[in-house]
Amino acid sequence: MRYIPHTEEDIRQMLETVGVGSVEALFEGVPAAVRLNRPLALPAPAAESELLRELGRLAARNATAASHLSFLGGGAYNHFIPAVVDQLISRSEFYTAYTPYQPEISQGTLQAIFEYQTLICQLTGMDAANASMYDGASSCAEGVLMAVRATRRRKVLLSRALHPEYRATVATYCRYLELEMIEIPFDAAGRTEPGELERLLDKETAAVVAGYPNFFGVIEDLAAISAAAHDCGAYLVAAVQEPIALGLLKSPGELGADIVAGEGQSFGIPLSYGGPYLGFFAARKKDLRSMPGRLVGETVDSEGRRGFVLTLATREQHIRREKATSNICSNEGLCALMATIYLSLLGKQGIREVAKQNLAKAEYAKQKIAALPGFSLPFAGPTFNEFVVEAQEGADVVLGRLEAAGILGGIALDRWYGGMPGRFLVCVTEQNSREEIDTLVAALAGGGR
Amino acid sequence: MKSLGTTGLILNEKLIFEHSDPGRKGYSLPALDVPEAPLSAELARNEVPGFPELSEVDVVRHFTRLSTWNYGVDSGLYPLGSCTMKYNPKVNEVAARLQGLAGAHPYAPEHLAQGALALMYHLQQALAEISGFSAVTLQPAAGAHGELTGMLVIRACLEARGDSRKKVIIPDTAHGTNPATAALCGYEVVPVASDGILSAAAVAAVMDGEVAALMITNPNTLGLFESEITEICNVVHAKGGLVYCDGANLNALLGIARPGDMGIDVMHFNLHKTFATPHGGGGPGAGPVGVTEELAPFLPVPLVVKDGEVFRLDYDRPHSVGRVKAFYGNFGILVRAWAYIRSMGPQGLRHATEMAVLNANYIRARLEGTYHLPHRRRSMHEVVFSDRDLGGDCHTLDVAKRLIDYGYHPPTIYFPLVVKGAIMIEPTETECVEVLDEFCDAMLAIAKETQENPDLLHQAPLKTRTRRFDETAAARNPRLKWEG
Ligand SMILES: Cc1ncc(COP(=O)(O)O)c(C=O)c1O
Repeated sequence: MRYIPHTEEDIRQMLETVGVGSVEALFEGVPAAVRLNRPLALPAPAAESELLRELGRLAARNATAASHLSFLGGGAYNHFIPAVVDQLISRSEFYTAYTPYQPEISQGTLQAIFEYQTLICQLTGMDAANASMYDGASSCAEGVLMAVRATRRRKVLLSRALHPEYRATVATYCRYLELEMIEIPFDAAGRTEPGELERLLDKETAAVVAGYPNFFGVIEDLAAISAAAHDCGAYLVAAVQEPIALGLLKSPGELGADIVAGEGQSFGIPLSYGGPYLGFFAARKKDLRSMPGRLVGETVDSEGRRGFVLTLATREQHIRREKATSNICSNEGLCALMATIYLSLLGKQGIREVAKQNLAKAEYAKQKIAALPGFSLPFAGPTFNEFVVEAQEGADVVLGRLEAAGILGGIALDRWYGGMPGRFLVCVTEQNSREEIDTLVAALAGGGR
Repeated sequence: MKSLGTTGLILNEKLIFEHSDPGRKGYSLPALDVPEAPLSAELARNEVPGFPELSEVDVVRHFTRLSTWNYGVDSGLYPLGSCTMKYNPKVNEVAARLQGLAGAHPYAPEHLAQGALALMYHLQQALAEISGFSAVTLQPAAGAHGELTGMLVIRACLEARGDSRKKVIIPDTAHGTNPATAALCGYEVVPVASDGILSAAAVAAVMDGEVAALMITNPNTLGLFESEITEICNVVHAKGGLVYCDGANLNALLGIARPGDMGIDVMHFNLHKTFATPHGGGGPGAGPVGVTEELAPFLPVPLVVKDGEVFRLDYDRPHSVGRVKAFYGNFGILVRAWAYIRSMGPQGLRHATEMAVLNANYIRARLEGTYHLPHRRRSMHEVVFSDRDLGGDCHTLDVAKRLIDYGYHPPTIYFPLVVKGAIMIEPTETECVEVLDEFCDAMLAIAKETQENPDLLHQAPLKTRTRRFDETAAARNPRLKWEG
């Protein structure tokens, strides 16, 4: 029992101090009727070496970018993680600490969060960012709830080109809040259709939610969507599933977004089969007090030294209880630290360069694939690092063929968009060399005539 | 020249932005091996204004220094009641970083993710066995996220019965996330007073056909077992309601009793508490939810199921409330929790509970009489004192800050709200008797200081890098980002 220090003698002495005769007697408050009178039916304990062997066997049954050429994206991206990130977050003063309720001995966490908030504001072009939400999808849902609180309206328009799992999460969060949820179709460019948006928008609309870039990798005309929304007094919630794009694209803030809700996994956080990831969330100064989640603010100590504390806590669940701006308590603090370290390493030039590489490699792949017989690009809009391909022979057939060649070639869209059996989403990042892209293209060309 | 040092190796450290020097670089990228692609001026920004420019060593020193200003479980005792800060096994960290686990993409084909799915399936089964529930979802990302999931499931079940109720009963000892969750699900909160433990009679007095659910924490936030739990469940069920259990304190019950056997319908697990996954300065955690058979159809999609020898994600669940996040849950945390369960085995989990309860009762025995104990029932894994009997106009906050000078992270303070000046101590099972003794000696010395030198407490902490902060100023004039 290597995690438990008690010896038989310790237990004996401690029971004596407590004044009970046995460990069993400590549980006198638990009525006999609810006791479990058998051992739990779980496997016998594994020694450290056995555990690692067992988990190693499980790990070997998963495909990764080490075993396959991977072109999978769709809200989870294979970006390079500098060694520094894991080394630093592995300092146990960071990862074995709790929420920083005692600022005098939590300045490390607090200052890092303050830096994180600043970086997110710079990237999104917004005034204030919280730390932090669970992931992009739940952050997007909190964005909708905040827009509803701020506008006191009850209609929400979601682009059908927004990540399907983000839409599903928004729907779950809003299920019992008597909101009207309407989806806006997309057009031939793969963008939220402007005419339908105009038609659906009215004075009852609380929020328009659009991806930037959207689920198809297409860069929305955010300025136009925001102008249309604002004409009706609605909020624009921009959902960013691939924030590397913000190294190169105009910021959502500059284009008029009122709330930016996104996924920070691209910033140094492992794919880890879908979690833990990092929701980020940014808003305008005027809406500060209706923002969900935790905020860190700068202040001074009793000797005038700069320091940081959790602030505006009166909005939060431990004080406002049923009137709180959200129910969030534990969040993704360590993931926010990973993003802070990653963005600090990349800095002003690096974020731009990595974004440029993603764009250039995806464009290269896109053009090569478009030139293949039997393949086309169904959407005309500009894209960032992923794009939709249409295969005459059907997406499942093509992806199956690629897989046999050791390539995870993309994500079939039919499961979310019925009637799109030929379409799949291909993602190319800085991790894919030209040679890899050429291999993908050759494999696509190699069959199905 | 200004010296870097303040007190020996307590180093000063600027903000990352203040270290920036144009032209410095902390990253490397392979040479671009494809043609550059132009982006129209309409879409492109010139730069990310304000982003820092640093070398790798600048970044490493910066965050290393920041880390030294933090207190973690590896630094010492962290007796935060309700938060359950037990030792985080190192092998779990190695496990979560295995390439096949950390590098798995969530949209890889299921037959190429069998290892991840198997682990999740086995964890679902283990949690069901530990809690006595029929089905478990791993999707929620934290305890409060599990509460939201569980309450949505309750509401969906009642609506499926054609029964749309409006109210939720919550005892006054509840964690703040409980009422906030109920409100998020569109419910009106009905508070109920408990006298240490909740009585079935008190519940019966507010239970009616409008009440969808009761949310109860067991053991509760006073560290007491809700001994009338079965009767309480009967009262709620008799009027058509359901019972939600906040399972944040499940570490007091492993192998001893199971919420599913008590009549509870839904419960969330805090994997980051009960199953020793690190809290990372605020998270990530994971908040799986267990439910009875009746409620299982309403759980979020997808669930992991086993067909013969093959594991797959089941999306075909027409009554599901939907999803509460993208993908399947905080998998990296699930790996750590599974590694812990496998390391401990059934006897180990029970032993952990027993030693956690022994440790809490030991602290109680040593401090009782000096610190006021508002409730006299037997403590489970944590014990709550109050500041009632302290001298020199000293309050809980002063004791907490003074403890820092003695080298400890303070306990949870001012919670639960029902105890005035609450001090909630949870030592957990991973502390040995010598550590508990030293901590108790410090607590007793501080109590003495409240009589003899109260000013010392009002000033504390004295030995930290920074002193008490002006929190009022922080809230009045919020500065939430660096502006140069
Ligand atoms: C009693 C209780 N309930 C619920 C929660 C919420 O859990 P989490 O912080 O993981 O969201 C906590 C933890 O803070 C708790 O102590």
